[in-house]
Amino acid sequence: MRNIARSRWTRVASLAAVGVLALSACGGSDSSSDSAADETAAEETATDTATEETEAEDAASGEECTELTPASLQLQWFVQAQFAGYYAAKDLGFYEAACLDVTILEGGVDIVPQTVLAQGGSDFAIAWVPKALASREQGAGIVDIAQVFQRSGTLQVSWADSGITSPADFAGKKIGNWGFGNEYEIFAALAKEGLDPANDVELVQQQFDMLALLNREIDAAEAMTYNEYAQLLEAVNPDTGELYQPEDFNVINYADYGVGMLQDAVWASEERLSDPAYQDLAQRFVTASFEGWIYCRDNPQECADIVTANGSQLGASHQLWMMNEVNKLVWPSPNGIGIIDSAEWDQTVEISLNTPNLEAATVITSAPPAEAYTNQFAEAANAALQANGVDTTGGGFSPITVELKEGGA
Amino acid sequence: MSSAAVLERTVPPTGTRSSGVARRLKNGSISLLWALAGIGLVVLMWELVKWLGQYIPMPFNTSDITMPHVWTMVSAMGEPEVRGSDTTVFEAVVSAAFRSMTLAVGGFIIGVAVGLLLAVIMQRFLFAERGLLPFVIASQTVPLIALAPLIVGIGNRIEIGPIQWSTTYSVMFIAAYLAFFPLSVGALRGLQAPSATSLELMRSYAASPGQMLRKLRFPSSIPYLVPALKVSAAASVVGTVVAEISTGVRGGIGRMLIEYARQITSQPAKVYVAVFGAIALGLLVAALVTALDVYLTRNLPKENKA
Repeated sequence: MRNIARSRWTRVASLAAVGVLALSACGGSDSSSDSAADETAAEETATDTATEETEAEDAASGEECTELTPASLQLQWFVQAQFAGYYAAKDLGFYEAACLDVTILEGGVDIVPQTVLAQGGSDFAIAWVPKALASREQGAGIVDIAQVFQRSGTLQVSWADSGITSPADFAGKKIGNWGFGNEYEIFAALAKEGLDPANDVELVQQQFDMLALLNREIDAAEAMTYNEYAQLLEAVNPDTGELYQPEDFNVINYADYGVGMLQDAVWASEERLSDPAYQDLAQRFVTASFEGWIYCRDNPQECADIVTANGSQLGASHQLWMMNEVNKLVWPSPNGIGIIDSAEWDQTVEISLNTPNLEAATVITSAPPAEAYTNQFAEAANAALQANGVDTTGGGFSPITVELKEGGA
Repeated sequence: MSSAAVLERTVPPTGTRSSGVARRLKNGSISLLWALAGIGLVVLMWELVKWLGQYIPMPFNTSDITMPHVWTMVSAMGEPEVRGSDTTVFEAVVSAAFRSMTLAVGGFIIGVAVGLLLAVIMQRFLFAERGLLPFVIASQTVPLIALAPLIVGIGNRIEIGPIQWSTTYSVMFIAAYLAFFPLSVGALRGLQAPSATSLELMRSYAASPGQMLRKLRFPSSIPYLVPALKVSAAASVVGTVVAEISTGVRGGIGRMLIEYARQITSQPAKVYVAVFGAIALGLLVAALVTALDVYLTRNLPKENKA
């Protein structure tokens, strides 16, 4: 009797418990959807920059600045020379001169920068264009505001004795690729050579190291100029006892075959771009970041040291190699640093749209609208910097020569 | 006092205690020897496989770059982490393991506190058990790698007064998230373990629910609690390392594993040092929990020990 009464009460109460849980879950997401920090930041900038017209100058020289505006940048990976320009801008005070207090958020294995940006976890994010476009198509409101890397740094590296010298030679070989959206340049190259990725080549999922190539488990490995390719040249050749030499490998640069896709770019929130305070923030951030990249163009060694001082675990020669190779991806910027070349953009979109991978999936299913990128901020930044006599195209840029040590040390 | 009858059952004769300690020490040194012999055997097997690999084709690669010699790994410990720096790889791994341990222990403590609280609430109120238990179980079916970026994403926007949420807290939260489950389920079973007669006895003493909890249910839940604590501790270590890998939080062993793994092409032995660090971390936390176990079960008769 007592049991029956108790169990009925129990049922009601357990329903209530569920209800309370559900309610509290809703309340939780509600309160976190809007950030109080953003609002105060917006107010600050509004009052700060009463002299709105001189904002470009302000960003470059930054005279009147009572309180720094907080801003955050989400990277794709840990601190390394790939992001040297931002670390240089922070450590050398370019951000501070633009009245910004920039927090650089490092990436991780599962951190997707454009998602973090879209969810409001950061003010800006660095992401590759095809992957960001895919996220955009799935609803992330993000805009490319500065195309810092002007060209693709993806290579396909094979042994010199393999006879693979162009994508046409992939036929019948084991071709390593990283997957997860990093493989589309390979598919585009195959398509261009008239090869069927399903039958004419054997595509192999590759780890983020080069062991499979060194052990000759695959014939050609995907590599970035600034990282994995250097790893090969830092490994000891057991036959000679010396480091592997560039002559030991054949290198195919996808950019040379017209299938390069745009990579590291600064992305901003589309929704917030209608807010003048955020526009101002974006403008100052882009200009100061460019100053960092320009500094790194002229001082690669110092920038490599800045990155190492910020906690990068990479060895000194590897870091400098990466800095130098990244400089080659940024410079020269014929139209000015960060300006999106519409032909390169169109090529990226075209490949993203028309190159199916093994699962017959393309990166995007319809062309992104014109709002997916804007040159407004990069152009203003270039104009402001040029007005101060800064070279923003790097026409005379010449890379340095870096000697890699064993293990990148 | 009302609890005298219950307490009496759990206190062993005083005479057996000192000899028990001696036996534990003896057993401990023997198992240490066995453990060392086990490590020696693994080392032997590793080198044997490598040696055989030179003559017989193996189903996997046994070259020095994939399977470095054990002595290469040991010497890698002494090398400087980055050329020119004073810290060796070994020191770096130790400090990373220590950092991860702080996070894991932090997560463990939070997880245990939350787990115990949930268990007490679920034991006390049947509706809470019916309402909460499904959520507790469902919470563990969410894949960690899906959860980690989400927590970091939400965490980035949390600001409680002067305290700004950092990714460190996210790691601790994930560790706690994994750790609370085994404990809450184990503790719930333990709290429900007293026999009907013991409960009737307590009721006949007119014991309040609080008294019953303190004097009957907690003591009798210990055999259930101890294994649950061990599982929770292991879960908090796994949670910490996975969360560190997944969110890239700096300073811990998880991040170090990833960083060293990226250098495997040229320095294959280095990543194994970090793996050893992760193993040592797990063993250390397990040892801490075992010490806790010895303390908690000091008054339990041996045969009752789970």
